[in-house]
Amino acid sequence: MVVTSKLKCFSFFVILLQFGFIALNLHAAVLPEDRSDILYHRFDGGGVVIDGPSILVRKSIQDTVSISANYYVDNVTSASIDVVTTASEYIEQRIESSVSVEYLRDKTILSVNYTQSDENDYSARSAGFNFTQDFFGDLTTISAGYSQGWDVVSKRGEEDFAEDVNRKQFRFGLTQILTKNSLIGISWETVTDEGFLNNPYRSVRYLDPTTAVGYSYQSELYPETRTSDAFAIRGMYYLPYRAAIKAEARFFSDTWGITSKNAELSYTHPIGEHWIVDAKIRSYSQTKANFYRDLFDRIDAQNFLARDKEMSTFGNDSAGLAVSYERELNWGVIDRFSVNLAVDYIQFDFEDFRDLSIEGTTVGEEPFYAFDAIVTRFFFSVWY
Amino acid sequence: MKLLQKFVLISFVALLAFAGQVDAKKTAAPDFTLKSRDGENVRLSDLRGQVVLLNFWASWCGPCRQEMPILDAIHNKYKSLGFSVLGVNLDAKSEKAINYLKDTPVTFPVLYDPKGDVSGQYGVQAMPSTVIIDKDGNVRYLHEGYKSGYEDDYRKQIKTLLRE
Amino acid sequence: MPALRSLAKLVVITLFFLLAGCSSIRPWVKPYERQNLADPITFFGRDPAADNFLHHVRQAREAARGAEGSSGGGCGCN
Repeated sequence: MVVTSKLKCFSFFVILLQFGFIALNLHAAVLPEDRSDILYHRFDGGGVVIDGPSILVRKSIQDTVSISANYYVDNVTSASIDVVTTASEYIEQRIESSVSVEYLRDKTILSVNYTQSDENDYSARSAGFNFTQDFFGDLTTISAGYSQGWDVVSKRGEEDFAEDVNRKQFRFGLTQILTKNSLIGISWETVTDEGFLNNPYRSVRYLDPTTAVGYSYQSELYPETRTSDAFAIRGMYYLPYRAAIKAEARFFSDTWGITSKNAELSYTHPIGEHWIVDAKIRSYSQTKANFYRDLFDRIDAQNFLARDKEMSTFGNDSAGLAVSYERELNWGVIDRFSVNLAVDYIQFDFEDFRDLSIEGTTVGEEPFYAFDAIVTRFFFSVWY
Repeated sequence: MKLLQKFVLISFVALLAFAGQVDAKKTAAPDFTLKSRDGENVRLSDLRGQVVLLNFWASWCGPCRQEMPILDAIHNKYKSLGFSVLGVNLDAKSEKAINYLKDTPVTFPVLYDPKGDVSGQYGVQAMPSTVIIDKDGNVRYLHEGYKSGYEDDYRKQIKTLLRE
Repeated sequence: MPALRSLAKLVVITLFFLLAGCSSIRPWVKPYERQNLADPITFFGRDPAADNFLHHVRQAREAARGAEGSSGGGCGCN
């Protein structure tokens, strides 16, 4: 039985992408700057290489409306641990496009957005709106948003296979300026997914003394609903010699029993008039889903079965460095441009997901899996 | 005297705080003296007899920068009729403003208020803020912020005050 | 963690009341004192396309999702 496995591309990413799209760009009572970015992105790790372009264009009209559009492609070449142990390397492509419109009136910004993502066996659509309000002399900013997503999960090789996933997401944030040089923010986000939440290709393994390797596979089976909550705190401090230090911590839990926490520290340092260097470190850890096991005792051991390494107990640590060169231009409509390179190194260590690609091991005692990855972003930006 | 002055100023601030777009209410514009970019001291009361558009701006403020060329056009259009734009720059480090003006020159006088004393006197609540003062030295109109189209209001109000 | 959820709600509600009730407290950072906060180096997401991609990379490989963005700060103009 040939079973192919793949990196799941949840429409959730799609929804969050648009929230990120909006939320990251909103600064009290002014529309985001007009700009265009052309980005080459690349993920290389764990036997998977995903790269492609991302193009962003943003333009405002009369200082009251700002329109953004993004076109993004993932070219996936995967020989990941899931693929290597159960199937053969595959290549595929995912294309995502999104558009958002923001409207500014006095101290309020209202935005709506729409995103669609398509690959040969997964399509996702989502729409949402966001609301930001400044008050108290613009020292306090409140934001709230809601998004809804509709996915269709299909399966290569099975024409009739089509399952739905519906997602609902609600988000709230508060940012408070503390001093001329510092601010603090808190945010909370809750997501509910309903429908076919597992991967149609992925399997779990169970002890099977009748086979040569000692285990057999069966399809994974997840609950039909999942609700999660995330709560984050972040702070920024401006250093007098012109630099900024930022810290953030997030806590997460969901109805599948997964809890996680992560913390990140970053430092931004301009050099001279044109260069900016960013350095950051981040640490993430999570506990497993309550229906996750690396090796089940027998077939149909539980109502729900998962062996997705993303549902296991693991941690990752990363360090990143970014360099940016920016210059004023005054070339027709273009005011300035920048060239940027950002590289992150991430090390993943799993505590209850075992590496089955290693030969000569006893069932259930294979070494735990670990891999590292390099994430690259190389891009040009212009402002006009 | 200082206490009384403070009281007057605070009342003025309180008034402006709720002013929004103050129309035709006559309150005396607080007098001040600031250094201009040619090094000379400029005093607001020296401009009595002229209509003055006082604009509080800073180089780091996007809408302020957008407004600058428009204010320059307004200054050039009406200056022969007894009008002047007076820019008050609030950059804590004035060199930033000087560098900005090198790239985007304007012809109206620009004064430096790096400590924010004058903006405090005028109770500046938004960036940018535009105060239009009549020939008798009274504040007649206040605009908080800048959005495309505000300049049409400026022109109308300047013409009204010039006719007085 | 339901406790964390309640805590989060409590923090938010408290802040709301604090802010709503403090009409006697004036904004302590004046609009013309915002130059540092308006500096793009203080922003959490300076380059949206690149930052969104990094968030996507993390969400694809971690079970956690949500609460990644931030709004506020900036020049507070208009």
